Amino acid sequence: MATTQSRTLAKFMLMPSVLLLLGWMIVPLCMTLYFSFLDYNLLIPGEHEFIGFLNYEFFITDPAFTESFFNTLLLVGGVLTITICGGIGLAILLDQAIWGRNYVRIMVLAPFFVMPTVSALVWKNMLMNPVNGLFAHFSSWLGMNPIDFFAQVPLLSIIIIVSWQWLPFAALILLTAIQSLDREQLEAADLDGAGPFSKFFYIVLPHLSRAVTAVILIETIFLLSIFAEILVTTSGGPGYASTNITYLIYTQSLLQFDVGGGSAGGIVAVIIANIVAIFLMRLIGKNLEG
Amino acid sequence: MGSITLKQVTKSFGDVNVIKPLDLDIKDGEFIVFVGPSGCGKSTLLRMIAGLEDTTSGNIEIDGQDATDTPPAKRGLAMVFQSYALYPHMTVRNNIAFPLKRAKVAPAEIEQKIASAAKILNLGDYLDRKPGQLSGGQRQRVAIGRAIVRQPSAFLFDEPLSNLDASLRVNMRLEISELHKSLATTMIYVTHDQVEAMTMADRIAVFNAGVIEQVGTPLELYQNPVNRFVAGFIGSPKMNFIDIPTANDGAHSIGVRPEHIKISNDEGMWAGNVGVVEHLGSETFLHVHVEKIGTLTVKSDGDCPFTYGDKVFLSAAQNKILRFDKTGLTLPSLTEI
Repeated sequence: MATTQSRTLAKFMLMPSVLLLLGWMIVPLCMTLYFSFLDYNLLIPGEHEFIGFLNYEFFITDPAFTESFFNTLLLVGGVLTITICGGIGLAILLDQAIWGRNYVRIMVLAPFFVMPTVSALVWKNMLMNPVNGLFAHFSSWLGMNPIDFFAQVPLLSIIIIVSWQWLPFAALILLTAIQSLDREQLEAADLDGAGPFSKFFYIVLPHLSRAVTAVILIETIFLLSIFAEILVTTSGGPGYASTNITYLIYTQSLLQFDVGGGSAGGIVAVIIANIVAIFLMRLIGKNLEG
Repeated sequence: MGSITLKQVTKSFGDVNVIKPLDLDIKDGEFIVFVGPSGCGKSTLLRMIAGLEDTTSGNIEIDGQDATDTPPAKRGLAMVFQSYALYPHMTVRNNIAFPLKRAKVAPAEIEQKIASAAKILNLGDYLDRKPGQLSGGQRQRVAIGRAIVRQPSAFLFDEPLSNLDASLRVNMRLEISELHKSLATTMIYVTHDQVEAMTMADRIAVFNAGVIEQVGTPLELYQNPVNRFVAGFIGSPKMNFIDIPTANDGAHSIGVRPEHIKISNDEGMWAGNVGVVEHLGSETFLHVHVEKIGTLTVKSDGDCPFTYGDKVFLSAAQNKILRFDKTGLTLPSLTEI
């Protein structure tokens, strides 16, 4: 694969798929960009006038925007924290030699295969329901008032649900990273007098830094666009307490039929996602080098 | 201080006995080499001494104290691993400082110890690099540096040179030997290379299938091997073994080292044809096919005139021939009888 000839050939062979993917992305993006400058509401027929940045102004000055922006950050940050910390702990546990380890590893992955709507429904109806839910029963058994999760702590509830879905993913990536750690390094640390904590912080954790970076980057991409869990459980409420940017765009364009405003929101979301991506790459991207 | 005594030590993984009961006395300041073929248990025994493997039964005593169940860090030993096992994300300085920091040594003292280790091992220029930026030999030195700053009572080396290329290996061999002379600390060195064993050791322990076949100085093992295995393992090129069909006085086979066979073109004990000839410059190895006996290796001078296909005669130096009985044990030599 090193001759000029083979490299040129490779470029030509890749071209069709690259062009297809590019078109797939560019066309919707351009249309969204175009709609975002129009006064385009499905309930108001007639000419779609060009109104400049008015849609953007409305979207950004809407008090719901600020709230949902911070909700998005909290949601992403909260889930990342829980899945990384829990994932490292789970990975270390799964790395221990226990009976039936292979089966346990497969079982642990299970939540990741459950589709988001289903897992959100399970949590909503079976676990967090204030009347019939398992948590409610548990609270009553302890003599406490059941917590109405989606009314009292809507965002936290969604963070818990999403964390439950993403924990296996983080745990599995981190487990493979732990398994690739050279055992002789741990033995050397043993001889050097390092206790379990020193070994974890000086040997295991630095070794995991690349895997953690990969998990953060991949999860962030998906967590910025969390939607199904919100729709199924709280519908963004109460008020805007559990609305994130994605959900706000949905209400804008599909509940209020405002295509122009929704498109403007979509472009804003793209910009936010890019800012987050640049920020992350600057912050932790160097871990992936070398 | 660094005497280590093994008493009836065994190790088994499940039903497999890797180490059969063995006793060994390692004296303070001694350079002892464990040598043997792959899978003979020499590395396992070293790891048991280090505390990285549990001892199935028996006792390990360090400086007269029972240390069989002491955790590795408390044994006061330092180990150099085959893969070096340096911490990849730490600089050389931090790698060397790691055991000292764990032992809560004062920062000023750490600095001073790193400086002196760097001086002994010529690491001064690399202290702020990471292991990934160093060559194999440099990494090896860092691993040794990390071991010596702890001032252990004994060093354990687990095939430390096997990842280096041949010329570097010779250099590091010398450096480790010199280090031993200057530190005068006990060193236990595991290798499968008998040349390393012969050149470095004060005493060699030859391992085979979980048993120590013989312990002795390099020359003792070379001159008076207790059995056929030791005779064949020590010495390069390997000893020639000839089975004797008529078992007179209990001898089943004899062994002659290549350097004890004289080659001539007119007279000798065995007649044969020269096969492959290996010229090393200072000496020549000839593989001579002798009828009914097989191929014998002969070591000759550098300017040996024989070439492939030549008809030659071989004769062994009578007082150097070793005789082995049915089980492979060495019989007393003819001159002693």
